[in-house]
Order: sequence, then structure tokens, then C-alpha cells
Amino acid sequence: MSELLNVSSSPHVRHKDTTASIMRDVIIGLLPATVFGIWNFGLDAAMVVITAVVSCVALEAMYQHFMHKKVTICDLSAAVTGLLLALNLPSTIPLGMVIIGSFFAIIVVKQLFGGLGQNFMNPALAARCFLLISFAGRMTAFTYDGITGATPLALVKAGENVDVLSMFLGTTAGTIGETSTLAILIGAAYLLYRRVIKITIPACYIGSFAVFVLIFGGHGLDFTYLAAQLCGGGLMLGAFFMATDYVTSPATPKGKVIFGILLGCLTGLFRLFGNSAEGVSYAIIFCNLLVPIIEKYTYPTPFGYKKGGKNK
Amino acid sequence: MAKLTFKGGVHPYDGKDISREKAIVELVPEGDIVIPLSQHIGAGAVPLVKKGDRVLVGQLIGEANGFISANVHSSVSGTVKGMEKRRLANGTKADCIIIENDGLYEETEYEKKAFGDLTDEEIRERVKQAGVVGMGGAGFPTNVKLTPKNPESIEYIIVNGAECEPYLTSDYRRMLEEPEKLKEGLLVVLKLFPTAKGYIAIEDNKPEAIKIMTETVKGCDRIEVKPVKTKYPQGGERALIYATTGRQINSTMLPADAGCIVHNVDTVVSIYNAVIEGKPLIKRIVTVTGEAVAEPQNFYVRIGTSYEELLKKAGGLKKEAAKYISGGPMMGFAMMSLDVPVTKGTSSLLVLDKDAVKEAEEGPCIRCGRCADACPGRVMPAKLSTLAVRGNKEAFVKFGGMECCECGCCSFICPAKKPLTQNIKSMRKQILEDRKKK
Repeated sequence: MSELLNVSSSPHVRHKDTTASIMRDVIIGLLPATVFGIWNFGLDAAMVVITAVVSCVALEAMYQHFMHKKVTICDLSAAVTGLLLALNLPSTIPLGMVIIGSFFAIIVVKQLFGGLGQNFMNPALAARCFLLISFAGRMTAFTYDGITGATPLALVKAGENVDVLSMFLGTTAGTIGETSTLAILIGAAYLLYRRVIKITIPACYIGSFAVFVLIFGGHGLDFTYLAAQLCGGGLMLGAFFMATDYVTSPATPKGKVIFGILLGCLTGLFRLFGNSAEGVSYAIIFCNLLVPIIEKYTYPTPFGYKKGGKNK
Repeated sequence: MAKLTFKGGVHPYDGKDISREKAIVELVPEGDIVIPLSQHIGAGAVPLVKKGDRVLVGQLIGEANGFISANVHSSVSGTVKGMEKRRLANGTKADCIIIENDGLYEETEYEKKAFGDLTDEEIRERVKQAGVVGMGGAGFPTNVKLTPKNPESIEYIIVNGAECEPYLTSDYRRMLEEPEKLKEGLLVVLKLFPTAKGYIAIEDNKPEAIKIMTETVKGCDRIEVKPVKTKYPQGGERALIYATTGRQINSTMLPADAGCIVHNVDTVVSIYNAVIEGKPLIKRIVTVTGEAVAEPQNFYVRIGTSYEELLKKAGGLKKEAAKYISGGPMMGFAMMSLDVPVTKGTSSLLVLDKDAVKEAEEGPCIRCGRCADACPGRVMPAKLSTLAVRGNKEAFVKFGGMECCECGCCSFICPAKKPLTQNIKSMRKQILEDRKKK
């Protein structure tokens, strides 16, 4: 009776959420877009998804095993990276390239920099950009219903008319997970409901992008054009699932606002004035690099102090 | 109207159903009584008795040593067996007077006073004589709190009935069973501060207490019951002041700097007992609860009773215990032995059948920011914890490490199960030690 074990510092209770449960929620949130993508693009898409997820998890396990580190694939973070990578690839991509992408995401961007929590940019997006540069042709060849053609966003950029409703529903060409705004919003609603993500970054991102497009788009108050810009490309997927990545976004409340607005402006800049119709991936990985600076200047004022650190 | 509260905080499982319906029962101690000379912040009391002396219930056995110190009294009648170093619930060892309880409970005489006959000085003196200290756990001598630099600047006397710590129900039972004493005690304090208003802040998960207190204070224009939102740490001093008055204080300020004085429910009742009844602080309410306790209870306990006896009187264990905690699960102390005495700051003996800390597997920080959202001090615990582990004191202070109130929200909420509070707490202790040395 006199010697009782289990002595530890307070608090003695813990919230039930764990890293793994959060990652599981992200996977659930990505399911609508994944299922729709497979329905939309067929078996090829399913193969890309499976290859990406399996190779990411396997690569992480192998790396950790050979480096004599604890194998942490059960935290599901590698699976999330694989799934996100797959959703950012066209369904027609050769599976070998998918594995190269997984290698870049997991080994180069994540593990070499210290593993979970240490990567300086979003691994899945970094891999997508790596593949875009390395295999530009295969990465931008989109086939829909057997016909090779441009994505709706490329058509918008070329000044052609697009069907905004089908862009919202997702029955268009594009990467596996980006086409259906509806499916992405359903998944995002789940993450918001589960409080896995906050609305701040997506709202600031999409809002500032919309304002940017209205001002600089050259279409005035043309809401069809605006809707096409919002539903097109990777904006929705990027705003809700990749800009909100904990590791590579600011943790400070004000930082989140600045980060979102920067993303919106950069995406607008890339899309309207760049060569490509797309701009989300580069905007996000670029802003990922600014996170430490943003956090440095947005450190919150502690309770009971006025701004600037002086006593009340 | 929006509920009164603060920004941040968490919602742990509250576990109060286990003991909330249990009326307060007086616990009659059987074994020896161990009375620590230091049950408060400040210097320990000077012993006034020696081995072999016979003492009575309520007799002064240790005298306050300096301004920030407090008297201690015997809680039983019997013979002094000696002075020894004994372990306390928080793990430290302290000088204690051991009294062999003769079971007769012969009391000293208490000098009752009518409320109207008392001068301000008498009130403060009687509080001091009775050894009243903050009974929420901190143990700050109450008469010092009642003697601020500028008494005219005090605008609010806040009674902390939030009881935001999970599982604890001692303040709740006190409000239900002795609302009159609480009101009278608050009126005594208000007499010292003629321009102040009295607030009784109660979390809204205790509607019966809110109802009874509201009825009790009807007719007292100076007292108001303030229901506050149920959220941990609503009963933290800074959170409570902000919720009820909208004023903010930081770690370098005292509540009095914001025109407030905050007292725990049991403390106010002890003020009543001291000033009106003339009785010293020798008993308090202790909740004995937790999933592993056979018959959870709210006991009226004499100071110095052993925790072992508390558990025995609550029917012992009904399943294997994983952890014994003095206080609540968020800020209480895990104990390695039950052979420790109840002190003025003991609110509970909690016996859990699961140890969430042992089960938790620590992983790397994923920078989710939940610790910062939960932090009532509005700093970034993950960052501070990293700085603490690295031993970077300068940066730790710069990033607001001293604003931590050690409430435990960050460790509780962390999905990577990092011991954030523990790291920050250790660093704060080191820095406070350094400052003392200078």
C-alpha cells in the first residue's frame, strides 16, 4: 500500500484524439474526392491511388527500418501523403512515375528533413511539382472519356466558354481528385465538423483569390468566369486539404490569415499572368517556405498584455 | 447574452456524477493526526508545543512566522507524540506535529462575535488568528489577501465556485448545504471593502448551486451570482476575473491590480467560521472519488487525517487502482504513498482505474496548434516546450513562458501526447529559482 507506482506530472488525463486519429479523419475527408475520381476516370485512377498510397507507406517503413528508427507508419501520415499525391496526378500517368513521386515526397521532402513534423513543404505537393518539372508531358496530358483534351481551366485561360455546372460536379478532365468541387466540399465539411481543420486558411485563400480575379481578371463582375476560376484546377483541393496541412502552415491565428491571403494573391498571379493555367501547387509550396517568417512576426500577445508586450 | 467565459480552455470528461449527489459526511479520524507546519505559501509556522503536551481541538500549536505565513491549530484533542519530517501529498517533505488522538474531541473555547460589533481590524485579526489560507490549493494566507495596498481600489470580491477541475464536488456540496455561511462569509469580506461588489461565480453545469445561491443572496444588493460557462480552467484566477469583469491580468500582476480579490468557496466559509464563530481552520471538505473507489463520498475532514483513512472510510477500492491523485486530474499531484496528511489545501483524493499518461505514446509534434488554441495564457505551448527542453531560458521568457499558469490544457489536448505542461513547468521552476537567487 505504501509504494504506489505511476507517479507523473499533471495533467493525468488526455484527450482521445491522437496523431493517427487526425490522419484517419483526413483520409475520411479525402474519400469523397477519391471515390468520385475513380468513378470519373475509371480503373486507371484506382491503380494510381493504390500505387501512391502503398509506395509511400512502404518507402517510409523501409527508410525507417534501414535507418534503425522506430517505424511510424501506423500514424497514417504516409498514407495521407500518398493519397494526396495520387489525387494531384492525372489518371493516365505511368505507375513508375507515381513511385518516383512517392520517393521524392517521403524520402527527400519528409524523412531527410527529420520525418513527421519537420518537413518544410507539403510532401505531396512538392512531389507533384517535382513530377511536373521532370515529366511535363505526361503530367499535363489529360484524357477524359477517351478523348485527350485541355482541362476546363486551360479553356478558361484560352478565353473559351466552359460548363460551370459540370466543373462544380467534377465531370471534366483534370487530376484525379481535383475535378469535383462538390466532393471536395463534402470532405472539407467533415474535417471542419470534426475540427481537424479551421476555416481560416481556406476562407482567406479562396476569398483573396476571388478578389484578385475580380480586380485583375479582366472580366469585370462576370460571375460565371469567377465561378469557373474557383471550381477549376486545384484550388479547392489545395485550399482545404493542402494549404491546411499543419506542418507546413502557420500555427498562429494571425499567421493563418496572412498565409491564406498570400496564397490567394500568388495563385491569382500565377494563373492570370503566368504561362500555365494552374498556380495552386506552386503558390502553396512557395508559401510553405515563408511559414517560419510569418510565425515569427505573428507570435500571439499573451493574455493580460497589450500589443507590443507592455503591461496593461 | 453570451455566456461569461475566457478564450481557450478544454472540455475534459468531468466525472462529477460519481460524487455530486453525496451529501457531506463528517469523518471521524481513528489514527494519529499529522499536522504540517507549512500548509501555505510563505514561511512555515513556529511550533508552540513539545512532545508529551496535551492539546485540545482548536488549540494553536504553530504560530505564523512573519507576514506571509499562517497559524496552525490542532484538529483533535490528545497528546503530542513529537515532531517529524513527513511526506506531503505534493511529494515534498515537511516538519509535522504528530498528535495521538484521544478520541474525546475536547474543544477550546471559541469567542463568538456578532457581525455588527466587528471593526475592520478585528476581522483581519480574527482571520489571521484562525490560520485561514486559500483552500483552492495555492494556500496563500487569506489575511494578507484581505490587506491590499489600496483597499479603496478593490471593486470586486469574486467567490470562486466554478470548480472546473473534473471529479471534484466539494465546493458544489458546500454551496448546496451551507449557502448561508457562504453568504455571511462574503458579507464579512465586503465589509472590509465598502465600495466593492461581491460576485459568486459558478459554472453552469451546477444549476442547483446557481439556484440555491441566487435565492440565498436575494435582498443583498451587493452580491450577485454569476453563472459562467463550463470549461476548464474557468476557475483559474485569471480566467475567472476575465469572465466576470472583463479585466485581464498577467503573471506580473496581482488580482488586486485589477481591483479584484478572488476567494475559493471553502475559504469564504472558513472566513465566516473564523470571524463570526471564532473557530480556527481545522476542517475542510474533501471529495474522495474516482472510478476505482467503492463508495465515493464528500467528507468533512479534520486537517491532519491520513489519506489512507479517507480511502478506507470510502469503502476502499472496488477495482485495481492505476493512479492516486491528490486534487483533480488536471492539476493534482500523483502520489506514491497514501501515508500523507490532509492539509488546508486538500480538495480531493482521486483514484483512477486507468492511467492515460502511461498509456499515451509520445510522437513528434505535428504543429496542429491545438495547444495554442487551448492555452488560456494565449502563448504557444509547443514552442515553449521545445525551448524548455533545449534549456533556452532567455527565449523561453521572451516567448511568454512565464505566463503559463500550469493548468495542463496543452498536455491534455496534444494529439502527439507530448508532456508540454511538464516541460514548461520545470523550466518555469528553474527560472523562478534563478530569480530568487539574484
